[in-house]
Amino acid sequence: MTTVNEAKVPMVVAENVHKSFGHIEVLKGIDLTVSKGEVMTLLGPSGSGKSTFLRLINHLETMTSGRLAVDGKYVGYKEINGRLHELREREVAERRSEIGMVFQRFNLFPHMNVVENVIEAPVGVKREKRTVARDRAMTLLERVGLQDKTHAYPAQLSGGQQQRVAIARALAMEPKLMLFDEPTSALDPELVGEVLDVMKDLASTGITMIVVTHEMGFAKEVADSVVFIDGGVVVEAGPPEQVLVNPQHPRTQGFISKVL
Amino acid sequence: MTATTAQDSRSLSAADQPVVKTRHPWKWVGYVVIGVLGAMFVTSLVQNPNYGWDIVAEYFFSTRILDGLLKTLQLTVIAMVLGVVLGVVLAIMRLSGFPVIAGVAWLYIWFFRGTPVFVQLLFWGYISALYPTLSLGVPFGPQFFSFETNSLVTPVVAAILGLGLNEAAYMAEIVRAGILSVDSGQTEASQALGMRQGRILRRIVLPQAMRVIIPPTANNTISMLKTTSLVSVLAFPELLYAAQLIYSDNFRTIPLLITASLWYLIVTSILTVAQYYIEKRFSRGTSRSTASGGRLARLLTMQRRADLGGSR
Repeated sequence: MTTVNEAKVPMVVAENVHKSFGHIEVLKGIDLTVSKGEVMTLLGPSGSGKSTFLRLINHLETMTSGRLAVDGKYVGYKEINGRLHELREREVAERRSEIGMVFQRFNLFPHMNVVENVIEAPVGVKREKRTVARDRAMTLLERVGLQDKTHAYPAQLSGGQQQRVAIARALAMEPKLMLFDEPTSALDPELVGEVLDVMKDLASTGITMIVVTHEMGFAKEVADSVVFIDGGVVVEAGPPEQVLVNPQHPRTQGFISKVL
Repeated sequence: MTATTAQDSRSLSAADQPVVKTRHPWKWVGYVVIGVLGAMFVTSLVQNPNYGWDIVAEYFFSTRILDGLLKTLQLTVIAMVLGVVLGVVLAIMRLSGFPVIAGVAWLYIWFFRGTPVFVQLLFWGYISALYPTLSLGVPFGPQFFSFETNSLVTPVVAAILGLGLNEAAYMAEIVRAGILSVDSGQTEASQALGMRQGRILRRIVLPQAMRVIIPPTANNTISMLKTTSLVSVLAFPELLYAAQLIYSDNFRTIPLLITASLWYLIVTSILTVAQYYIEKRFSRGTSRSTASGGRLARLLTMQRRADLGGSR
């Protein structure tokens, strides 16, 4: 949705990122750059490694090799005299607090009501005043259309409502980057729209977003760029009108023809 | 589909008839046997003078018994607190992922679950035979303080240590199961928000683990209340020992054992009710109707169903 940026400032830079689980190499050298304000959609068949890549960005998984930086800082490491050193837990947590993440299965805290879910991290991690956090929580919940559900518990909400709370919860930390890991895959079909609407609205605010999804409509309409990952490598990347409408690589063509 | 057609082919009045329930005629035989045995038992309760109900009534609220009851309650609470706190620590040690730390916790649990609590209590009672003095200082170096073990490990301390350290081993396994029962997505979501280990455990994982931890902990508390009676071997004047002291004077053994048993029953019954309310409190947010569930509620529903069945 963003127009051509005057100068493209990189937000996420991946260079030759590898990830293995035991003997299985899931990512075989990923190179890509996400600019500030860009909305990028990661597509690919299941098992292609796109979710793993997303989880590397906020260090929920550790890289096997390569370089991955968010806003100019390595994820989970710092460079001292040309060598990478693992960060302490406190430092990892600090960097994660600037990256919002939305999960396929929502992962709301079931023992807290909606407002408590949203203010937990601002109050507990950023040491915000309860009243301040609560005010912003109300604004965010209004934005996702759930101002009348503030005192409901997650189990009392539909999947779509839970996912919208999860988005509000992530936004409450005022992140500079939002990661979405198949945010609509666990939803009943009639609930997908309400979540995509919130994401579209969010995209229009200019926040950087990386979205792993199977929603072609969203990719076509909202994304600035589409990256097709298969077999642990980037097969094709570019603007949606190119990758989705006129794919060059036969594997992309095959995938697109199946899902569209 | 077939059911509807079958119904249609018959007369409508037949479809309106309620289903005939299976009859269980043999239950009446059971009722008669239970009735006869019950009547026999109740008669003996009243007629057998050896029960000594007058003695039970005399001592039920006596200072010595009530004092013993108070000590039993205090010992239960202190031993359980020690057990829970140490149990949480041991559970976290086992889940820490550091082999030596996890191994130490495993060894502890192995030892304290593998030997009878009665034997452990005796060990604590005779600890001065093992270490006559306890001292504080640099290992293999100078000593700063030195105590007579007997002056430090009094019967109270021995009782608390024996019961508490044993309980910790069981609590560790309960807490560990509780922590493992929480979906890993909860930890991931917390990490993604920038929360740190300690906070995630305190705010997110443990509160949810409580639902799994509370019921067996309440069971263990009830069990602990009764296990404190073993402490009578350490000459610690809890409820049973108080009763024993009285009957060693007046030789009315049975009435005093009944007195103690009645008190145990009363307190365990109260704890059972408390358990129901605590479970209800911690099941918050797990079901659409937050007030449902719980053993007592199920028991009450069963009761209601039985009542309905009876009036049929």
